[in-house]
Amino acid sequence: MNIKEFIDNFADQFDDTDRAVFTSETKFKQLDEWSSLTALSIIAMVDDEYDVIIKGNDIINSETIQDLFEVVKNLSDNA
Amino acid sequence: MNNNPFSLQEKTILVTGASSGIGQATANACAAMGARVIITGRSQERLLVTRDLLGSQCEAMIPADLTLEEDVKNLVKALPALDGAVLCAGNSTTLPLQFGTREKFDEMFDINFFAPVELMRLMYKKKVLQKGASVVLIASIGGTHSFMPGNGVYGASKAALNSVMKYAAREYASRKVRVNSICPGMVDTPLIHRGTITEEQLAEDAKRYPLGRYGRPEDIANGAVYLLSDASSWLTGHDLVIDGGFSI
Repeated sequence: MNIKEFIDNFADQFDDTDRAVFTSETKFKQLDEWSSLTALSIIAMVDDEYDVIIKGNDIINSETIQDLFEVVKNLSDNA
Repeated sequence: MNNNPFSLQEKTILVTGASSGIGQATANACAAMGARVIITGRSQERLLVTRDLLGSQCEAMIPADLTLEEDVKNLVKALPALDGAVLCAGNSTTLPLQFGTREKFDEMFDINFFAPVELMRLMYKKKVLQKGASVVLIASIGGTHSFMPGNGVYGASKAALNSVMKYAAREYASRKVRVNSICPGMVDTPLIHRGTITEEQLAEDAKRYPLGRYGRPEDIANGAVYLLSDASSWLTGHDLVIDGGFSI
């Protein structure tokens, strides 16, 4: 899995935030559009695209998109 | 003679999903009210814990996976005549609708809808449910009284169950079999602690309940006792909301 594709999938869960805003360093929970429903969508997207089950705490503990990418990558590699 | 209309003495009651959460609390409450309780669940090992809780009030323990046709058939064959059944076995998922594929719906409907509906059908058809028996289906406020984002796949399965409950109440009335459901709000069971929603989010959510907390399994079990007992003899086709005031 690569970070660029992950960022694309991540950005897909947003409707009003410009795609250009999303980079590996984006602190996603600070985005205006961020909500608990977005968090659920991210969890469902990761399940859908990467066949990995992440938890709410994985999102809480990740600051940037890169942080979450590492979590998903680790789980995926160890699956 | 026992003059307490809420007593379950002399009644034989089946409880599904009896190895944990609402099912285990219900089996326990039925036993405390004097019923002979038959428990079922997927895992024999976990059912043994419930059996130990019930002691001599546990009439039988029959492990079964209610999503498997053979298991349901064998369970119904093994059952004695029943005065009541509480169908608690179920599962939940938190998933935005745009991720609700047919596969996800099927998973939820298999355990929350098709399993209890088929078990109830066979128990009625094979006359395991005696005249005057009471069936209690554990549904949810989700799908009928509350529509929280992320709960659509789960809520739809429970709404479908509530719908069948009402039809069954009409049809089974010919044999004086009553059918009701309980619609709980969030109840603190292992089901809600799987991590999709964090503990902090759960604690925050619980504050939105007018009575200030999530439900306890016993809150639902006591409602089931009422619906099983002679105290509710003239009640059928009702969805009893037990939710700490959440859906008001």
